[in-house]
Amino acid sequence: MPKADLLDPAGKAVANALQRKGHAEIANVRIGKRIELHYATTPTEADIEAAKQIAADFLSNGVIEDVISVTVEN
Amino acid sequence: MKIGVVTFPGTLDDRDAARAVRLAGGEAVSLWHADTNLHSVDAVVLPGGFSFGDYLRCGAIAAQAPVMQSIIDAANGGLPVLGICNGFQVLVESHLLPGGLIRNEHQHFICRDQKLIVENVDTAWTNGFELGQEITIPLKNGEGGYIADQETLKRLEGEGLIAFRYSEVNPNGSINNIAGLRNERGNVVGLMPHPEHAVEPGFGPDTSVAMRSGVDGLTFFTSVLKQVVNS
Repeated sequence: MPKADLLDPAGKAVANALQRKGHAEIANVRIGKRIELHYATTPTEADIEAAKQIAADFLSNGVIEDVISVTVEN
Repeated sequence: MKIGVVTFPGTLDDRDAARAVRLAGGEAVSLWHADTNLHSVDAVVLPGGFSFGDYLRCGAIAAQAPVMQSIIDAANGGLPVLGICNGFQVLVESHLLPGGLIRNEHQHFICRDQKLIVENVDTAWTNGFELGQEITIPLKNGEGGYIADQETLKRLEGEGLIAFRYSEVNPNGSINNIAGLRNERGNVVGLMPHPEHAVEPGFGPDTSVAMRSGVDGLTFFTSVLKQVVNS
């Protein structure tokens, strides 16, 4: 997700559109990314640790984004 | 003097950058993103464009390219490196320069002749300017809003690491009007505007003298050639 104190123009554009559609109750919208890593076999604990590292080092930029969570799903 | 110009998939301004090198009196050498060999160049330009389609984040995938590993090592050893627009984004994603670049505040792609103030002349790429000089360089970007956390910003301001600031208007919401940065050593410079588009009379920005006569960008390239000769 873009950092909370950062301007998120895409989110702002969507928020403006929702306001125009009459959704005055929605004050703000923020847009992030979901990135899926697909493994050939069931990921191990080490794979998950590596994925967290990848998320921190490459998939996100700590200056502008926060990694919200790294989860295992089917 | 050989100046390497890197081409990533999606780079657009490599030919213009190579031409600027030649107009300044240097020899341009094409460097390929997948090749770790820097071919003994004396300096490197990371040109503008949309490397890897701006996927993930602008410059993020290019920062992982094989050629960048060589450039990062060489830059840490003092090799002059200039990042222009997408090249600036690559430098930031490579951690050769701090901070980040996000979508323009007003959400529009911008293309204009932009006035800049030269804030630092102690670099390989700006030593031919005068401190405080106002120059005009074309600017064209969608994600040129410079940001950094307060601590980084304090360091940038305190240590004189801001190379250029936007003058008259802030075109993209960049914090403290930052248009370009330098590293501590002064060999690495990155900026959003495109100096390679202001190097030849007839094709540059308008000036008070004549239309399209602006060649302020040429000084970036003559600066580095002078620096390389002297070192």
